[in-house]
Amino acid sequence: MHWWLPLKGSTFAGEIDGLFLAILIITGIAFVIVEAGLLWFVVKYRGRPGRKAYYTHGSTRAEVIWTAIPAVTMVALGLISNHYWVKIKGRNSVPPNAYPIAIHAKQFEWQVTYPGPDGQLGTADDFEVRNQLHVPVGRPVVVHLTSEDVIHSFFVPVFRVKQDAVPGMNINVWFQATVPGTYELGCAELCGLGHYRMRAQVFVHTQEEFDAWMKQAAKGGATS
Amino acid sequence: MTTVAATSHVAHAHHDDRSFLRKYIFSTDHKIIGIQFLFVSLFFLLVGGLLAMQMRWQLGFPGKPMPGGGILPDTMAPGGVLLPEYYIQLVTMHGTFMVFFAIMPLLVGVYANFLIPLKIGAHDMAFPRINMASFWSALLAGLIMLAGFFVPDGAPRAGWTSYAPLSARPDLSGASYGQMLWCVSLVFLGLSSILGSLNYITTIINNRAPGMTWFRMPLSVWSLFITAILGLLALPVLSGAVIMLLFDQTIGTHFFDPVAGGQALLWQHLFWFFGHPEVYILILPAMGMVSDIISNGSRKPIFGYHSMVFAIVAIAFLGWIVWGHHMFMSGMNPTLGSSFMVSTLIIAVPSAIKTFNWMGTMWRGNLRFHVPMLNAVAFVAMFVIGGLSGIYMAATPVDMFIHDTYFIVAHLHYVLFGGSLFALFGAITYWYPKMFGKLMSEPWGKVHFWLTFVFYNLVFFPMHTLGMAGHMRRIYDPTQYDFLKPYQPLNEFISISAFALFAVQAIFALNFILSLKWGKKAPQNPWEDNGLEWSLPAPAPHGNWETVPTVYRGPYEFSSPQVPEDYLPQYRKLPTDREPARTPVAGH
Amino acid sequence: MAHATATVDMMHPPAPAERGLDVYNNKLGMWVFLASEVMFFTALIGSYIILRFGAPGPWAPPAKVLNVPVTAFNTFLLICSSVTMVKAYAAVADGETHFLRFRPFSGGLKFWMLATIIGGAMFVGVQAYEYTHLVHHGFLPSGAREGSEVAELVASGVVPAATIGLYGSTFYTMTGFHGFHVTCGVISMTYLYVTKALRGKYSRHDYRGVEVIGLYWHFVDLVWIILFTIVYLI
Ligand code: HEM
Ligand SMILES: [Cu+2]
Ligand SMILES: [Cu+2]
Repeated sequence: MHWWLPLKGSTFAGEIDGLFLAILIITGIAFVIVEAGLLWFVVKYRGRPGRKAYYTHGSTRAEVIWTAIPAVTMVALGLISNHYWVKIKGRNSVPPNAYPIAIHAKQFEWQVTYPGPDGQLGTADDFEVRNQLHVPVGRPVVVHLTSEDVIHSFFVPVFRVKQDAVPGMNINVWFQATVPGTYELGCAELCGLGHYRMRAQVFVHTQEEFDAWMKQAAKGGATS
Repeated sequence: MTTVAATSHVAHAHHDDRSFLRKYIFSTDHKIIGIQFLFVSLFFLLVGGLLAMQMRWQLGFPGKPMPGGGILPDTMAPGGVLLPEYYIQLVTMHGTFMVFFAIMPLLVGVYANFLIPLKIGAHDMAFPRINMASFWSALLAGLIMLAGFFVPDGAPRAGWTSYAPLSARPDLSGASYGQMLWCVSLVFLGLSSILGSLNYITTIINNRAPGMTWFRMPLSVWSLFITAILGLLALPVLSGAVIMLLFDQTIGTHFFDPVAGGQALLWQHLFWFFGHPEVYILILPAMGMVSDIISNGSRKPIFGYHSMVFAIVAIAFLGWIVWGHHMFMSGMNPTLGSSFMVSTLIIAVPSAIKTFNWMGTMWRGNLRFHVPMLNAVAFVAMFVIGGLSGIYMAATPVDMFIHDTYFIVAHLHYVLFGGSLFALFGAITYWYPKMFGKLMSEPWGKVHFWLTFVFYNLVFFPMHTLGMAGHMRRIYDPTQYDFLKPYQPLNEFISISAFALFAVQAIFALNFILSLKWGKKAPQNPWEDNGLEWSLPAPAPHGNWETVPTVYRGPYEFSSPQVPEDYLPQYRKLPTDREPARTPVAGH
Repeated sequence: MAHATATVDMMHPPAPAERGLDVYNNKLGMWVFLASEVMFFTALIGSYIILRFGAPGPWAPPAKVLNVPVTAFNTFLLICSSVTMVKAYAAVADGETHFLRFRPFSGGLKFWMLATIIGGAMFVGVQAYEYTHLVHHGFLPSGAREGSEVAELVASGVVPAATIGLYGSTFYTMTGFHGFHVTCGVISMTYLYVTKALRGKYSRHDYRGVEVIGLYWHFVDLVWIILFTIVYLI
């Protein structure tokens, strides 16, 4: 168990974690000011007999300050966040050379369709594997996400990627894995009684491994 | 027409010869209705808590038979081991009961009813019978919801947010009648809220005592006023949505059915268009009452009264344009996501203003730590954590990771339990004497406060860590995932703390119940407060005042140099005070 | 302590004290209530708009499924009932609380209110007739009933198959809830008619019930005009 975010397994994991840290610092400062301030006031101004509180209705100057600082900080944070947001999820964010994979979610499994050796979805050599997502390292992958029945959510914590799979919609989500290894893909949206076990394994291969796996899997021996 | 000048604010108990039934059951007295709401929603709070305990058992000790679980039928927990289908019923009903039948009626049903006429100096609500209808409608809604557990297929299973198409399709969710009852119940709840709101709004606009100008109203009244407006406009949207959902389930319409051209996301838009204003319904009254209590406990005027009012209004306005922050990952147009992110970040600003103004109020005060004050200060301390964690989720790239994880669960409990519920513990203690004529026990109140405060944080703070690990919410068995297995000890720790948190609520329950009979007899103004309600005997009589009091100043004149005491009630006439232009009309 | 006597103008009753708006409570309450009604219909109509614009194909031409002339007549009926409502209000404001007077001929509150009730009831009747007719022809909230006339229209492509389900869903929900509102209005107005108007409880100084139910009535009428336009005409 660690107390920080999990392994950074994709190109934008670092950016998201960085943003998280930035917010942690901002909110940390606010947190300390408020909590320490409260504690200090609680001790310092605890009631003593025969004393009267300082009679004031406020101070416009102070209020302007503590309105302006959060306002400016929030707007700045919004602009910074938006920069990453557009890059990660914006309309045109999917890199053109991204490797296509189709994932069809249904109660309670992930049907992963690979483009086969030709690298194109929708052709005869496509093949499907249940609950296993194999991707090459260092190459952008775009997932075409659909759902059979209800809303599910495609969530790979190490990639920091999450996207709902909505019936009636075809949604693209992309990522680029950076660290070879075996990880987990979970469903993050309540989708019925099997929601908790709607799990798949994610294999991040080196390109050679991936090609080898692809060759073997396309032949029909899709068992990793 | 004779008019009676308000020279006397001393109330005489009205001669009251109503029958028991009219007095306590089918009462139209706003105070009795408030008390009815109090008992009913505390009961639902208990129900919600019991559901949570079962969930925590399963999460802490997955697959182990729950102590006492043997009494549950085999469709829920054979041999005491919770079934996954029962677990998601628990998830759904816990959220539903807490949001709709505990916190919301506790804040609005109880305190809008009880406080508004008392604090603005009215004999009762503008429409007492509509008010009574509002209570009965809410009670009916709660019972219908509860019935869900006893129908075939059990309670609904789609979460308190009931996302379609899961909620619309019995074949996919496994819940049939339960989900229909959920919809029907919420229609009645919506009706109750609308009837209540129109009463509160009309009463506040038109029935204020002479001298009670808009900017002499206590912040509790301001926040209840704005809350009523939110409820009035938000609940009908929920009603519309749940009616469509009900039709999808029963008469075959296709609103949320993608196969026939319906849209799954339409539900989310409708639900959150209601839902975000709803979360402010769940916090604004708490903020208002906390403001009253903190000013009283600090013996100091509230810091920046006008900006406090302005912040409430701003929150209520902005609250209508942020609903999309619940849908960043839903496949909604990402450009829309950007604008919802910005509006959400901006809405944090009025919350910040309020926080700093509460601190400003305490600054150089002469703090009295009575039980309400302790809870109110805890409200500020905890609400801040919830507000700050909201910022992580408002930042869309970060939300991509923490959406639908325990980080969200932590956030919403920091605002709803750490915020609203602590405020309610404070409010209940504070106005208990005016309701029942007795004081709750101070020492036991403090014991309850400290234990709750500690265990509460032990339960909910570690959930941030779980969320940061990627722990999904609403999952029945986290040990299914290898990456979550190392966190099982933490889950266990949280569960044990949760049991303790639940257990110490017995102190509150006992304090509440036993004080009804054995509590110390309450003086008229136990907290030395300024509000009009304290000009009445405890408990306040039917009809409140013979002649409503006249108001000479704002509600927060503590430690004013004009008088030797450190409080100066709104109804106290000093030689320098002039009579307000309007004079009251007698009778009601 | 003086109690309100008959000479007190209850339309502008003495204020309890600080009055935010110079409007008596019942009227203010109705305004506030109507605000929430606006939101309710916004939810329904908004959903309709979203579904229609996002629909997976063209929308069915109203005239092919619905009987537009009958409903046009019904719309006319409802508008007439709004006019009679105004007449009722004007009559009572002038203190004319009688039924009919013949020399000179004039209708009073009792007459115009009854006319409004009848107009509303007829509207609901025509709508019920419309519904039975549509259902008979196979147009259901879920779309076209198999083997029905409407199903044939769908099969022949006159009515698009992809959207007929949504068409039925939105049509029945929106018009149904409107009809429900008219029904509530008719019931409330009948109640006021019997317990107040007929018993001579309304006067020039107090006709709050008439004014308040009138507000509701005009609101419901207005909603219908919107619905008629978007459901039957475009
Ligand atoms: C500073 C102000 C706040 C901000 C910036 C904020 C932001 C957010 C965001 C962005 C979410 C969606 C997270 C996600 O699902 O990924 C959220 C969820 C939530 N918020 Fe807040 N929030 C704030 C205050 C509040 C308050 C005052 C309440 C209630 C009293 C509240 C109650 C909730 C609840 C109940 C949810 C979870 C809904 C669900 O999915 O079940 N929030 N908040
Ligand atoms: Cu799921
Ligand atoms: Cu929200």
